[in-house]
Amino acid sequence: MSGREKSETGPRKGRPIYLDYQATTPTDRRVVEAMLPFFGEKFGNPHSRNHFYGWEAEEAVENARAQVAAVIGASAKEIVFTSGATESNNLALKGVARFYRDRKDHIVTVATEHKCVLESCARLEKEGFRVTYLPVMANGLIDLDRLRDAITDRTAVVSVMAVNNEIGVVQPVAEIGAICREAGAFFHSDGAQAVGKIALDVEAMTIDLMSISGHKLYGPMGIGVLYVRRRPRVRLEPLIDGGGQERGLRSGTLPAPLCVGIGEACAIAARELAAESARLLDLRQRLLDGITSRLADVVVNGDLERRVPGNLNLSFPGVQAEELMVALKDLAVSSGSACTSASVEPSYVLKAIGLADDLAHASLRIGLGRFTTADEIDFAAAKIAEEVERLRRVNPRRTDADGKARDARPAAPVA
Amino acid sequence: MGMKHAVYLDHNATTAVRATAQQAIARALELTGNASSVHRFGRAVRRLVEDARDAVAALAGAEPAGVVFTSGGSEANVLAIGGAGRARIVASAVEHPSVLKAAPGIERIPVNDDGVVDIAALDAMLAADHRPALVSVMAANNETGVVQPVAEAAAVARRHGALVHCDAVQAAGKVELDIKALGVDMVSLSAHKIGGAMGSGALVLAHDLPLAAIVRGGGQERGRRAGTENVPGIAGFGAAAREAIDGLDGFARLARWRDRIEASLRRRAGVRVFGSGAPRLANTSCLAMPGVTAEHQVIALDLAGVAVSAGSACSSGKIEPSHVLQAMGVAPEVAATAIRVSLGWNTAEDDVERFIAAWTDIHQRARSKTIAAA
Repeated sequence: MSGREKSETGPRKGRPIYLDYQATTPTDRRVVEAMLPFFGEKFGNPHSRNHFYGWEAEEAVENARAQVAAVIGASAKEIVFTSGATESNNLALKGVARFYRDRKDHIVTVATEHKCVLESCARLEKEGFRVTYLPVMANGLIDLDRLRDAITDRTAVVSVMAVNNEIGVVQPVAEIGAICREAGAFFHSDGAQAVGKIALDVEAMTIDLMSISGHKLYGPMGIGVLYVRRRPRVRLEPLIDGGGQERGLRSGTLPAPLCVGIGEACAIAARELAAESARLLDLRQRLLDGITSRLADVVVNGDLERRVPGNLNLSFPGVQAEELMVALKDLAVSSGSACTSASVEPSYVLKAIGLADDLAHASLRIGLGRFTTADEIDFAAAKIAEEVERLRRVNPRRTDADGKARDARPAAPVA
Repeated sequence: MGMKHAVYLDHNATTAVRATAQQAIARALELTGNASSVHRFGRAVRRLVEDARDAVAALAGAEPAGVVFTSGGSEANVLAIGGAGRARIVASAVEHPSVLKAAPGIERIPVNDDGVVDIAALDAMLAADHRPALVSVMAANNETGVVQPVAEAAAVARRHGALVHCDAVQAAGKVELDIKALGVDMVSLSAHKIGGAMGSGALVLAHDLPLAAIVRGGGQERGRRAGTENVPGIAGFGAAAREAIDGLDGFARLARWRDRIEASLRRRAGVRVFGSGAPRLANTSCLAMPGVTAEHQVIALDLAGVAVSAGSACSSGKIEPSHVLQAMGVAPEVAATAIRVSLGWNTAEDDVERFIAAWTDIHQRARSKTIAAA
């Protein structure tokens, strides 16, 4: 069963209910237990070839490598440890693009990718690469025909995240992989929100590179992975060179405790994936029903079917998300993503699916996870409905000015 | 082999995590929160990050605003060299590989037989070419412990309009460092070398200089290093930094034991200590046992329950001789007999005695084999 039998958050305990699982996740107790010895007596540098301390650490790292490989159907040799998915994304895009630059100078990605993918692409544009940013449809998914059209024989890599961090939609990864393989372009997928949450198989889905984040799957912060296919071989220019670790792809002392942590986290996630998905799907539906049964004018952002179970993203016309978050002091949720929550710009992801600015500013991202309970969901649903209603009553002018609520699942693609 | 050592003398590779750091890490692992989140969970971990930032800044005598947290020392070096925007990089010949490989065509400043950078040579190199440069000179070498004249090198560099980077990964928390007194622009630090955990480091800036990020994305660390902050790692780094600063005097006293080791071993014919003519970190000894490969020595020492290193950790699997010893003019066949002994913050006197006994034993057996063969 899960590492915690009942929730330790919640207003009764004096702490807000944590519903921001896309921003980060609690480090599972079982992961902490696996790591602690390596912060203690097993402190060796895994690259020290000369003594037992080093061998002990190295063995643990290689064990963890295999655990990570297993959760995505890769081989251990294809797993490169990094400091996190942000670095993995930077390494995947810049590494591939720069390696193949004399033959290929084009990259295809999607407007809704995480900032680290978009910023890496922007940097590559400054280096002379051309980047195509594909739009998404109103449901958040890409149009496969447009993808096919965008790839040329000069396309080095196509980058499409498997699961979006803001709206949780699941892209058709297997189809994308097939299209890329056929067109001769590498396929990179940012799997930070996907690994351990949806079934992934890099062989079946023809994925060539995949980024994994430790702290998004109940593992520690400070560690991630880049899966790099060996057959057919994907070459990379390293971002961080030096001591030659990770077969020259990523230098620097491997943080043995953190490697152990992400390995354990992956193993747990793989074991519990099926049951946990079902549980979260139920809880999410319960949350949505709990809100919509009390409240009119609620918009679900992004496809509800093709969506990771733990994500919900809702717009409440007539309400400002910032005000709502202040009112929901017993809940920890998010408006937009953590990385960009300090800015006043409306979420570019919501903009990309066609939301007008005012509706984007009225949106909440609610993230459920391993330790979320039904009680928390019921409390949250009631609280959200209560506060939205109150804020709408207090500001009737905003409700009128916003116009009609949009259909929760628009059919037509947005250009 | 496979016996758990009682004696660990490879502290330059990594060192035991200090209890205060372990506690800080364990506490942080209990907290949930992304430091960029605006809710209470996020704010709580944000405080941990900022408290640690103050402590890490103190390691280099810098302002907290100058601290850019990275994943470690290697990344800090790559960020400094790659991000400073200088086309010409001039680095000492004994720098860590993460500096020497950070850009193509790095020019190497020669060192003397003791491994100290040739300041006059640096001056001439900078005078010969007027392109804006970045000079990189480490505070102390990881293999030999030799301390570089960084302030002098920085003064020369500044006269020529060059930026200065100092890899202080081995020196920080062991000797006092003052980024302003040194006159450098950037200093690299690593948590696990001072008793924090692996996976956390920092590039410390003396002032707000333009730095192109290597890892881009969500804008963390004022746009200099993107990615969710590694809260436990950073918290551990802060705790280790505080304790290391308090322990500087204690660390300096390790020199007695290091010197005792060298005095004892040097009684044997042909034993060489590298860099002994230069100022060195108190804890490091790079020494050669004539006629016995480093590999043989470390294996034999391992069997005797003593952990040391042949060269640096990252190179310990490689066959090439140490580039550091090579730059010091040491012949390859001699360099092949060099081991590194490095003491640490928790080394006991008994460790030192056991090492001396084990090493002496190996030496005696090697000599008697030679005598027998003659």
